[in-house]
Amino acid sequence: MKIEFLFWRGCPSHPEARELLADVLAAHGIEAEVDEHEVTTQEEAERLAFPGSPTIRVDGQDVDPAGASARPALTCRIYHLPDGRVSPVPTREQLEEALT
Amino acid sequence: MTLTLGMEAPEFDLPGVDGQNHSLDSYADAKALVLVQSCNHCPWVQAWEGRLNSIAGDYADRGVQVVAVSSNDVESHPEDSFDEMKARSSAQGFTFDYLYDEPQALAHALGAERTPEVFVFDDERRLVYHGAIDDNRDDTAVQQHYLRDALDAVLSDQEPPVRDTPAVGCSVKWK
Repeated sequence: MKIEFLFWRGCPSHPEARELLADVLAAHGIEAEVDEHEVTTQEEAERLAFPGSPTIRVDGQDVDPAGASARPALTCRIYHLPDGRVSPVPTREQLEEALT
Repeated sequence: MTLTLGMEAPEFDLPGVDGQNHSLDSYADAKALVLVQSCNHCPWVQAWEGRLNSIAGDYADRGVQVVAVSSNDVESHPEDSFDEMKARSSAQGFTFDYLYDEPQALAHALGAERTPEVFVFDDERRLVYHGAIDDNRDDTAVQQHYLRDALDAVLSDQEPPVRDTPAVGCSVKWK
């Protein structure tokens, strides 16, 4: 399993998301390496189709496909919760669905 | 310059989404003035937006004026353009004024770094509280209502129980 964790340091959302990802991996006994990559320029964001920080892909698939096609940018990414609220990080359920 | 507790509110005169210009003097009658560095695009702002709207409505008849200000560079973040601000205010039913600080002068004068970031001024327009709206972006997990507590204190001529907290959110997008 290939897990990519892309982030932009200008947004404060990635530490919480990285912690949540580690927690979900541990809870499900998944021993996969996480390839962390810091996106630093708009050009890189466009090359990587990076829709905002953080972006997590499992075997190339975004954990939130609905938000994956947003305009590539050095920005905080918006995740929409099932109840209609907005969050700067994906839900545990989204990660579990992508990883298990 | 970064504003510190006790300092006076900076002057401003900025266009609002309501089509009117708003200055510091426009709010002279308010018992407390809440300036919120804000924007459209940031998920941290959006997570707190409903609570800010509720606070603005709940305290309006007690003489509190809430004013959100976006100073973000719209070249890098077109979602924060003045037209988009007008659209979001209308769509979300903002009960607070929403001003566009295109020159970023007010953000610099406040020393703002994050969105959302709150600055509460008392009736003499001295800064009495700075920081977060409350202690959790998840509204179901809030323990400390910093902004509401600060407003209750100011309206009772008391000092807020907590006067400075770290603002958590997106960075202000400087030009």
